[in-house]
Amino acid sequence: MDFKMKKRLFRIILSFLFMILSMLLTFSFVIQDILYILAYIIVGYDIVLKAIRNILRGKVFDENFLMTIATIGAFCIGEFPEAVAVMLFYQVGELFQSYAVDKSRKSVAALMNIRPDYANVYHGEEIEKIDPDEVNIGEIILIKPGEKIPLDGTVVEGMSMLNTLALTGESIPRSVNIGDEVLSGSINNEGVLKVRVEKKFGDSTVSKILDLVENASSRKSKSENFISKFAKYYTPIVVVIALLLAFIPPLIFSDTTFKTWVYRALSFLVVSCPCALVISIPLSFFGGIGATSKIGVLVKGSNYLEALANTEIIVCDKTGTLTEGIFKVQKINAIGYSNEDLLRYVSYAEAFSNHPIALSIKNAYGKDINESLVTKVKEIKGKGVIAKVDDKQVVVGNEKLMEEYNITFKKSKDIGTIVYIAINKKFAGTITIADKIKEDAYKAIRSFKDNNVKKTVMLTGDREEISKKVAKELKLDAYYAELLPQEKVEKVEELMTQKSQTGKLVFIGDGINDAPVLALSDIGVAMGGLGSDAAIEAADVVIMTDEPSKIANAIKISKKTMIIVKENIVFAITVKILVLLLSAIGLATMWAAVFADVGVSVIAIINALRILRVKNEE
Amino acid sequence: MKKYKFKIKGLDCAICANELENTLQKIDQLESVSISFITEKLTFECEEENKEEVLLKIRKVIRKEEPDVIIEEV
Repeated sequence: MDFKMKKRLFRIILSFLFMILSMLLTFSFVIQDILYILAYIIVGYDIVLKAIRNILRGKVFDENFLMTIATIGAFCIGEFPEAVAVMLFYQVGELFQSYAVDKSRKSVAALMNIRPDYANVYHGEEIEKIDPDEVNIGEIILIKPGEKIPLDGTVVEGMSMLNTLALTGESIPRSVNIGDEVLSGSINNEGVLKVRVEKKFGDSTVSKILDLVENASSRKSKSENFISKFAKYYTPIVVVIALLLAFIPPLIFSDTTFKTWVYRALSFLVVSCPCALVISIPLSFFGGIGATSKIGVLVKGSNYLEALANTEIIVCDKTGTLTEGIFKVQKINAIGYSNEDLLRYVSYAEAFSNHPIALSIKNAYGKDINESLVTKVKEIKGKGVIAKVDDKQVVVGNEKLMEEYNITFKKSKDIGTIVYIAINKKFAGTITIADKIKEDAYKAIRSFKDNNVKKTVMLTGDREEISKKVAKELKLDAYYAELLPQEKVEKVEELMTQKSQTGKLVFIGDGINDAPVLALSDIGVAMGGLGSDAAIEAADVVIMTDEPSKIANAIKISKKTMIIVKENIVFAITVKILVLLLSAIGLATMWAAVFADVGVSVIAIINALRILRVKNEE
Repeated sequence: MKKYKFKIKGLDCAICANELENTLQKIDQLESVSISFITEKLTFECEEENKEEVLLKIRKVIRKEEPDVIIEEV
């Protein structure tokens, strides 16, 4: 509680004591009334002052003004305790509301607790602790175990494991060595690191992420716009009805008093403020965006979070999104040799080659290559390599190379790139190299379905047979292969017409060359946002890791957010209308009206905060 | 066009924030102004050379509409 809140609390308690005292001193009406007025002034003077100031500026539908009119009206018709109570409860509600908002501000801030407080900068031999904002590019900083990395940079000394949980939602630590890039916001788990700063704090990853999350609430959702509109009409309408209620019925019905209807009208004024809605809806979205950031998904606006809940079609790029985008040895089919021996011969033959296929084969072999055993290497562009390994002639390449060397070989039916091998002019088998489907992609497609996504589609520029296999493996609903970038745009345009009116199309890509499709789809998602500025710029939603399944989690959070938003809208409007009706026919007192005003706000805020409790499914 | 970010303190309620935002939108030279009650942030875009003038106008509006509110550059 800050000073302002404490002051308010003190006034509430003092006013409450005066009110009790007044109720006890039943022997003198004058003393009672004086005490009531004192209690009222103590608790409500600031509201009355603000009301006067606002009326001078022509703001009649301001909540301070409405409360003042309601309470002063109550004094005028002789309902002294009522007047004090309404003001008192209004202040209690306000106190509670500011407490809850403050609390939620803090808990969202804690979710995003990645802002580093200081950097240890080397000035010669001396180390100085300074604000990350003041560190320049090229300076050397020291990061001790347990500290946050304050700025993006490159490791120049030391090695360690980094915890990137707060950035990516990924709990497995990442190992870093000299020469590796480190990102601000990650936490140094063990070793001492010396890092050369590569980016100013304002351009560092941590600033970018914080900026994104903080600005997200400025892109308003449809629900928020609805509430703003509702608030604009609701208050004037209620106030006008209150006026009519005070003056018309007493003129029509002869058997009632003017006072009864004024009392009812005053209750109307108390309920006329749409606070609960105006505060709880943006708060829910804010909480939802906080919750998605926690799992490593940055949503760039409340509007996108709202749209995610209605995801109907998910379109994925293949390479890099559903597959790893790295070519790996998938299968070795040795004839006359063991698989290990064959892999060794091929790796040796490819020892001096930097071709992607050669690299993936050497990667699969994984051992050091004794280059002195490799002689007479001849690389034939577009076909393969010939070399002498252990005094044996090894021919490694495609079908054409085999034909050229008159080697009889069996065509492989595997899908991917096939490498044929002949040793001493005899066919020795094949190695199949292909891009691998991400483990996470299986989970992603399954959880999309669990979250009511109607259609999953894959778009790719890759060959038909490879695409078909991937689509079948992942159980996708549709795939389109051998597409040129322009054709991808056309396909997405076509898919956009297939969704229902409220349904949304989500496109997930790796953020490279996807800009037109990202812009075209309802929600463009870029993957592997960490460290890639282009992806962060172009997309509406950024997944910080390379796991497409995170979008399923984000959809789940967005659905929960929307449920809470709807609950709050329905609850607040229902209670208000109910109390309005009841007070119109005289069944609800001003006390009930105060509850409908502040009680509903508080309950709606507490409900909104539930969204922060959504956990990452792991 | 450049983006500026200010801390905005002393707003009573979300409605006041919305109303202030609407009033600020009427300032010429000011693009995409937004007030977030929850994060207590005022963000706006304007041409760099107009910044001081725009800021003066913003302060004037705030003084008139919400005298208790203060803004600070972050």
